[in-house]
Amino acid sequence: MSKELIRLIDCSMAFDDEIVLDSINLSIKNEEFLTLLGPSGCGKTTTLRIIGGFLQATSGDVLFDGERINDVPPYQRKVNTVFQRYALFPHLDVYENVAFGLRLAKLPEQEIDERVTEMLEIVSLKGFENRSISQLSGGQQQRVAIARALVNRPKVLLLDEPLGALDLRLRKDMQQELKRIQQTLGITFVYVTHDQEEALSMSDTVVVMDRGRIQQIGTPEDIYNEPENAFVADFIGESNILDGVMLEDYVVKFFGRKFRCLDAGFEPNEPVDVVVRPEDVEIVTPEKGQLTGTVTSVTFMGVHYDTIVDFHGFKWLIQTTEHHDVDEVIGIRLGPDDIHIMHRSEYSGMFGDYSSYSEEYDEMNDPDLYPEDLSEDSSESEEGAAEEGSET
Amino acid sequence: MIHTKRLATPYIVWMVLFTVVPLGIVFYYAFTDSITGQFTLENIIRIQSYMPIFIKSIWLALISTLVCLIIGYPVAYYIAQCPPSRQRLLYLLVMLPMCISFLLRTMAWVSLLDDTGIINRLIQAMGMKPLPLIRNNGAVILGMVYNYLPYMILPLYSVILKIDSRLIEAAQDLGCNSPQVFTKVIFPLSMPGVISGFTMVFVPAVSTFYISQKLGSSGTTLIGDVIESQFKAAYNPNLGAALSLILMVLVFICIGITRRVSGTEEVAMP
Amino acid sequence: MRTFQRTFTYLVLLFLYIPMVVLAVASFNAGTDPAVWKGFTLHNYSELFADGVLLPMLLNSVIIAVLSSLIATVLGTAASIGMHDMKPRLRSMYMTVTNIPMTNPDIVTGVSLALLFAFAGTLLKMKSVLGFVTLLIAHITFSLPYIIMSVLPKLSQMDPDLQEAAMDLGCTPRQAFFKVVLHEIMPGVISGALMAFTMSLDDFVISYFVYGPKFVTLPVEIYNYTKKPLQPKIYALFTLLFMVILLVMIVMTMLEARDEKQQTQRRIAFRGGRNRKEVRG
Repeated sequence: MSKELIRLIDCSMAFDDEIVLDSINLSIKNEEFLTLLGPSGCGKTTTLRIIGGFLQATSGDVLFDGERINDVPPYQRKVNTVFQRYALFPHLDVYENVAFGLRLAKLPEQEIDERVTEMLEIVSLKGFENRSISQLSGGQQQRVAIARALVNRPKVLLLDEPLGALDLRLRKDMQQELKRIQQTLGITFVYVTHDQEEALSMSDTVVVMDRGRIQQIGTPEDIYNEPENAFVADFIGESNILDGVMLEDYVVKFFGRKFRCLDAGFEPNEPVDVVVRPEDVEIVTPEKGQLTGTVTSVTFMGVHYDTIVDFHGFKWLIQTTEHHDVDEVIGIRLGPDDIHIMHRSEYSGMFGDYSSYSEEYDEMNDPDLYPEDLSEDSSESEEGAAEEGSET
Repeated sequence: MIHTKRLATPYIVWMVLFTVVPLGIVFYYAFTDSITGQFTLENIIRIQSYMPIFIKSIWLALISTLVCLIIGYPVAYYIAQCPPSRQRLLYLLVMLPMCISFLLRTMAWVSLLDDTGIINRLIQAMGMKPLPLIRNNGAVILGMVYNYLPYMILPLYSVILKIDSRLIEAAQDLGCNSPQVFTKVIFPLSMPGVISGFTMVFVPAVSTFYISQKLGSSGTTLIGDVIESQFKAAYNPNLGAALSLILMVLVFICIGITRRVSGTEEVAMP
Repeated sequence: MRTFQRTFTYLVLLFLYIPMVVLAVASFNAGTDPAVWKGFTLHNYSELFADGVLLPMLLNSVIIAVLSSLIATVLGTAASIGMHDMKPRLRSMYMTVTNIPMTNPDIVTGVSLALLFAFAGTLLKMKSVLGFVTLLIAHITFSLPYIIMSVLPKLSQMDPDLQEAAMDLGCTPRQAFFKVVLHEIMPGVISGALMAFTMSLDDFVISYFVYGPKFVTLPVEIYNYTKKPLQPKIYALFTLLFMVILLVMIVMTMLEARDEKQQTQRRIAFRGGRNRKEVRG
């Protein structure tokens, strides 16, 4: 697990002056399940294609097992890919698709047969050998694509949004299936997705990317609990992101009040971003609350209620199991471990205000859809946010 | 990563050598004297006397193309609406006559239309006077329509076939009656096919030299006949080159106008 | 409306086939004038096979058609792959050149090639270079754009990942082409080749300007024939050719129809199988 297999050193990629990747440094360990996570256009697929050998980085090096492989063509790399739309060969049946790589390696017929049969069993497609590709459902095609790559016993399997074309139910099943296969075979997986849930539930390591840069590398728990900047905090799960000032170690001030927290190592009076996860907020009566606010909207989500609360014009999302009426005045309490402090970044002020909350607020996770002007407004001050709030 | 671009190099060398260079030579001949080889505008100036023939060629070709469109559209539309197996059969039936040399098919029309041909013999057998069916503009147009009609039907068919039937349903849903569905949805969407068919009929029709020789008279000499005779009889390749040059330019202008008028750059392949 | 369209379509088909009928009937006519029926005979057919000119000309036409369509298919397919990978700017330049012989009237193409070959003749100090080679060059030239036009769309329809998938599994670029890409674009290659073949077989206008007396194709020979009083053995030849083409087409259509039927049946069987499985599960 600990041995390093792939290393990207200062990899940059530019297409016609447009910088797609900006000095990526990444280390992938043997037998690791590593996920590249980010919105479309963040550079995750480009990174994958550089590892696969389909693209050559404009600058920087790719090391495999310590050897520089920049100039090694894809067909000589010990890496196989599961393509986004599977890219199965329509003129070959299931068996021949899976046997394709082995035949190229000129293995003896008997071994090919054994390995193909074994692999089809692993992906639960025994008995489908002679089906033509057009006769398979999406999930079955997906499995053939995985079998076709894995049968070559690659050191690394690259997966480019492999579940993107499947419906939700099938996607959940395949997530578990993939994790099981990865653990059984002990192969390194490099997985590209824009689905944060998928990334959190499957990976050993998550690499969050945006604008061609790595924003954070860590375990799913790290990424969720200790986001490094406002982009990561917003992209992974739901977050209320507030402007604050770090008065001293373990003390942060926001909304004019001091709060205890667990973070240290900031400059005295350093402006910071404060993250409060919606599920960490405790709702109490107004008298007991450290802050008081007014409920402006309540949506039933099944397990919990999404409650939007207005604090001096800045709207928070709070997830509660109890129902609160709209216009009810409530208080909240935050413990030291409910607060996470981040350094300011280029993303500060762009995320984390729920003023424009709607039924489809999930879309706000996508920064592309986030209106520029709104994010600038809310970054200025509370008053700016208050104006926004009064409009809604 | 993989350099396949040079696969196109032999092709482009071939095309430059055998289409671009020859056109350059045509250009060169058009502006040189046939005897001295000196630069001259003589050939271009002489073309003025052929203007009536140019106009006649374009006129007859335009009429033929329009007739082809009017006849071809309903046929293409009907075929595209048939069940697939019937479509294939009808498509073949339209294609098949093109497999027989157009020279012979034209000769067959001669024996049909001649003064002592099959039709006139039938007419006479019914006790009527023979009709002047051949050696006039009508016969030349008939010959053009007959020969080039499949070139109109096939591109129209392939474009109409691709029209999404949901668009027609959407139009009906929004209140179009059948003629409106046609004028507002189907016809505009089939425009690439119309353009393609127009080009494929007009270009050979305007430059034909055999149809007019066989079905026409001295009064229906077309520009193709003149060019042919400059190379095969009178042997004045310089004048022939000048005429070809003008013909080429005229064709490009005509195609350009058609595309501009229809507002589409897209052209369907059969 | 529908009945009208159907009647109209069949009338147009009738119009297209009248001359065919005239030719076919004339081939069995004892007289030389197709307009006058002088009684049934097979004489024209025996005459055709005794004739030492027409059949060799037919062979010439077939040789030129086979060679030119083969060469054009290889050149054109390679070019399509190259053009597919080009930047749009360069590709549109190539497309402009491709469009020249397609939009130019045949007679202009013929004349321009004739002048080129005359020029080449003076360069080579030969009286005339016209013959087999010039015919072949001309036919390849006018066939090439049709190959490009039918292969390029297939390439852009192809899933670009397929080629990468093949290389990912160990194919060199060359192997990826022959094992995967070629299969994908095959329908386009075949239809382009067929189009080139029939156009070459049928071409008169361009051939007429670039043929030499030593190597004459059938359409050119017929043109020379039709200047003289027509010999009915030509009718016999074309009736035979028409029958052969008709037969080939019928067989092809039947094969295609059978293929399609089998596929539908397989699909139905598969769906049935899946349903059963679902019931069991």
